[in-house]
Amino acid sequence: MTSRVDAIPPVRTEIVRHLGDRLLAGFGILATLLGLVTLGALLFDVFRDGFGRLSWQFLTSFPSRRASDAGIYAALIGSLYVIALTAVIAIPVGIAAALYLEEYANRRGRVARLIEINIANLAGVPSIIYGLLGLGLFVRWMRMGPSVLAGASTLALLVLPVVILATREALRAVPGTLREGSYALGATKWQTTWHQVLPAAFPSILTGLILALSRAIGETAPLITIGALTYVPFAPNSIWSPFTVLPIQVFNWVSRPQAAFAENAAAGIIVLLAVLLIMNGTAIALRDRLQKWRL
Amino acid sequence: MMSRSMRGRARRLTEFVIERLLFVCAAGSILVTAGIILVLAFETFEFLREVPITEFLFGTVWTPLFSDKHFGILPLAAGTLLIASIAMIVALPSGLLTAIYLSEYAPPGIRRIVRPTMEVLAGVPTVVYGYFALLFVTPILQSFLPGLSGFNALTPGIVMGIMILPLVSSLSEDALRSVPNGLREGAYALGATRMQAALRVVVPAALSGISAAAVLAVSRAIGETMIVAIAAGQQPRLTLDPRVPIEAMTAYIVQVALGDTPAGSLEYRTIFAVGMMLFISTFTLNLISNWLRERFREEYA
Repeated sequence: MTSRVDAIPPVRTEIVRHLGDRLLAGFGILATLLGLVTLGALLFDVFRDGFGRLSWQFLTSFPSRRASDAGIYAALIGSLYVIALTAVIAIPVGIAAALYLEEYANRRGRVARLIEINIANLAGVPSIIYGLLGLGLFVRWMRMGPSVLAGASTLALLVLPVVILATREALRAVPGTLREGSYALGATKWQTTWHQVLPAAFPSILTGLILALSRAIGETAPLITIGALTYVPFAPNSIWSPFTVLPIQVFNWVSRPQAAFAENAAAGIIVLLAVLLIMNGTAIALRDRLQKWRL
Repeated sequence: MMSRSMRGRARRLTEFVIERLLFVCAAGSILVTAGIILVLAFETFEFLREVPITEFLFGTVWTPLFSDKHFGILPLAAGTLLIASIAMIVALPSGLLTAIYLSEYAPPGIRRIVRPTMEVLAGVPTVVYGYFALLFVTPILQSFLPGLSGFNALTPGIVMGIMILPLVSSLSEDALRSVPNGLREGAYALGATRMQAALRVVVPAALSGISAAAVLAVSRAIGETMIVAIAAGQQPRLTLDPRVPIEAMTAYIVQVALGDTPAGSLEYRTIFAVGMMLFISTFTLNLISNWLRERFREEYA
């Protein structure tokens, strides 16, 4: 470069230079707003269409051919039933797999690498493919039929990669000194894992689990694929019952041309979003409570 | 003495058994992949015994549920690609711009508001987006696009793009943020503005990370089901016109699953054959995305 003082660029190019800067920032803000505005419009639309339809009658009635009599009860109970069973299946297996990969496996070993790549790939498989797996494996081959058990097993496979990835992240955040201290006192590997590492990681594992399950509760496609019913005038009473869930009920109402059913769909979405909000709120509250308690 | 060594042995046995159990759970994930491939491959194989593979891959008519049956997957594949392309036209520029803004311009306060909101956007169930597309976005678009029919490819494409936006923006932002600050400072020292530093130095340096995000987004768009099942229609049609009803691959699977097709029939097997195509394409895209991400990590490790 030159050492002459008057080599400063002319004022006009300076303005142009900074105009570009402003423009990029402006477009960036616009793009960022696109997501936020859409979320706002979506919530506004759903509440405008569905809020008037929400009532105790709506929450406690079974579906009906007449939109004004129809309710969400069977779907709400079905969702809770399926998600509880999904949790029972996916959580122990997922945490165990994560413990193996994070605490036991030889990180550079070929088997551990293979399992790791495989889990990353499974996390990217479209949910409807899990539905086809569930249909072929649980519904047909194991003869479970389109039951709560088949649905929960399918969703358990679907959330397993998420559970494993979230648990591993939580385990990774536990300081190594905690493990070393435990070994120094003569504890075995499992004693260290069970009594020190897991409790220390528990709050963030819990958050990850609830987030994984709230993903499962919004899933529609895999459950439709395994043959979950769209019209269920009863609540499930065992793991072998046929069932429906909130998003399928919403889908069923959206697919009908009458405007009255669209209102039902919107009200159903509000119930679904409320369930999600409660789950996520619980996750955050529990994490905060447990973290304080451990301090 | 005796009892102590026996206790030691019992403890070692417990440790061994527990480790094996944990290993079985981890290795079980490989069985899931194997299960997917086996189920899809078995039914697809049975399907291809009745339908020649050339007709399946290159046929231009898809009518398995009619009396005059044709099994050409191209209309379904075209529907999927059309919607995914529209989604990418929306998601890539806005996702990348959002990422550049958040990583290079925005004060931390804004970032603390935007990131959780984006997570909420990503956490909304897809059936809700379907409702939004069919009953909110389509009527608005119809008011200034008179030729737009109630079911079309344009609306689900746009809505899906916005649904995928958080994925693109958060992964791209991570990539931009992991570009070492020295590069930015070098650019500033040479007199570059923030825009010049961002577009000519930071974005090129993060390109493989950003491409990984883009490829993953395409894979997500191809596999997305409920938005297209609700808002795009059920008419397999080989067209690039985004205004008319079409059918995507995922939507076809939903359509058959909702009917009462007897298990073991040819119609029943079509959904596994379509699923196989879906699995192969998304799996390939995910592998490419992983490979790009690994390369990016190596560059800045």
